[in-house]
Amino acid sequence: MTSPAPELTVSAKGLARHYGKHAAVRGLDLEVRKGEVLGLLGPNGAGKTTTMQMLTGNLAPSAGEISVCGIDLLEQPVAAKARIGYLPETPPLYRELTVAEYLRLAARLHRLPRAGCEAATSRAMQRCGLTEVSRKLIGTLSKGYQQRVGIAQAIVHEPDLVILDEPTVGLDPNQILDIRALIRELGRAHSVILSTHILTEVEAVCDRVQILHHGEVVFSNTIAGLREFQRGRTVTLSLHRPPAIETLRGIAGVSTVDADGDGRFRIRFAPDVDPTAALVARAGAEDWGLHQLTPAQTSLEDVFVHLTRGDSAGDSKQ
Amino acid sequence: MIFTIAGKELRALFTSPLAWLVLTVVQVILGYGFLKRLDDFLQIQSQLAQLASPPGVTELVAAPTYATAAAVLLFAVPLLAMRMIAEERRNQTMTLLLSAPISMTEIIIGKFIGLMTFLLLIILLVLAMPLTLVGSTSLDIGLLATLTLALLLLTASFAAVSLYSSSLTAQPMAAALLSFGLLLAMLFMGETAGDSLRARGWPIPAAFAQVFSPLRNFEPLGKGMLDSYAIACPLLLAAAFLILAIRRLDGRRLRG
Repeated sequence: MTSPAPELTVSAKGLARHYGKHAAVRGLDLEVRKGEVLGLLGPNGAGKTTTMQMLTGNLAPSAGEISVCGIDLLEQPVAAKARIGYLPETPPLYRELTVAEYLRLAARLHRLPRAGCEAATSRAMQRCGLTEVSRKLIGTLSKGYQQRVGIAQAIVHEPDLVILDEPTVGLDPNQILDIRALIRELGRAHSVILSTHILTEVEAVCDRVQILHHGEVVFSNTIAGLREFQRGRTVTLSLHRPPAIETLRGIAGVSTVDADGDGRFRIRFAPDVDPTAALVARAGAEDWGLHQLTPAQTSLEDVFVHLTRGDSAGDSKQ
Repeated sequence: MIFTIAGKELRALFTSPLAWLVLTVVQVILGYGFLKRLDDFLQIQSQLAQLASPPGVTELVAAPTYATAAAVLLFAVPLLAMRMIAEERRNQTMTLLLSAPISMTEIIIGKFIGLMTFLLLIILLVLAMPLTLVGSTSLDIGLLATLTLALLLLTASFAAVSLYSSSLTAQPMAAALLSFGLLLAMLFMGETAGDSLRARGWPIPAAFAQVFSPLRNFEPLGKGMLDSYAIACPLLLAAAFLILAIRRLDGRRLRG
């Protein structure tokens, strides 16, 4: 973000939540600016849902402060909640209501004046592609449509901040594409926080990403920064006459080596060193039959695995 | 906001078969009881006429019908209220209310008013039965009014206790059983506790115990006595359990 920073929609400082002795979230800082989509990433149990429940006022934090558009969520929960739309992991749907009835109820519960509810409802239905099912009972809709109703519920009152907990889980690929397009569109007018453990989703829709692990932020950067972080740190090596794997591990600057079989190796480097030249020289000198050397695809998965498996996680925190 | 929630609850009640079933069963039981007593009254009417000041149709037909209604509501209210919070928790729909800019107090009061509106319908149906006799006999309107007030207060305390039970668990059936347990305990213990405390010369604990004996407070009003203490007690009981329910919701947010 180099352009003049837009206003801050949500800021959380030192957020913590304990369940008895277990700390689900520890010292978490988070900021989202207007028009930004933030991806919260992490393995199951990393504290994503707990964080979102705290940001939406569903769960009181054990420590820390949250402010939404400058309003303290803990001091003035009603005023702050009016600016938030939340889709929990399980959409809170009343199956016995029709889509339009349900959205009208959601609009009323968010203190929209009675006169404006009708317009807000039809606008939310239009944005989420629900207009043709508006008179159907929610209980009879498919999972994809129910998920859309869940999102419509979160945006019906035009909140400044939309928080979506795993919005595409359990959907078919076409539905996932639709929902992602919708989230991108939401990101233009609102601020969005999105949790997921699907890595391509983050690349597809987010501007920034925070990776949580054991309740702590282990990585926080833009998507471009995330790619930069990983670039040039892994190569794939193919050899006709491979040496013992220990020999490869012994080369200065190599941190891990995985054998993929058929003489192929994935070599990960330690930070700030590039032993590629040394590798090529050794391969020529000891006649390993080097026939392929490619930088590995920049993949979020590598970063994710690297950060959340605990190997040298210390250097990754920014 | 309270009325938005009340409207939603009322709607949920009317879309569930259980509520209609409860309405039907209650009405069949009470209708049969009313007609049976009316029949008995007609048979002994000539004998009653010989008494100096004979009890009227309101005392002999309407009052017992209200007493039956009180007993029936003891079972009906927990069944109607059991889903109100427990099922929202089980289906995870409570999040919609908790994420909306609404206080816990508004949520609980809204749900209580929704439930009471439905129960008011039952009470009005009870009232309608003796009112059908208007024109054919002279009714004691004063007694009928205090009877209706007594039933309304009793129902409000049942509803508050049941709503609190529903906030304790995510299983609607468990919530209903818990309400029965709490209400029956209050009926039995409340009856004896007040008397034994008073017999020991402890009037203040005895007065306190009376708050928790709903039937004891039903009696004076049921006899046509406008006893302010008997009116205050069920209101206090209802308020106490509504506050407990609000605190329970708040505690869930704090403890998770």
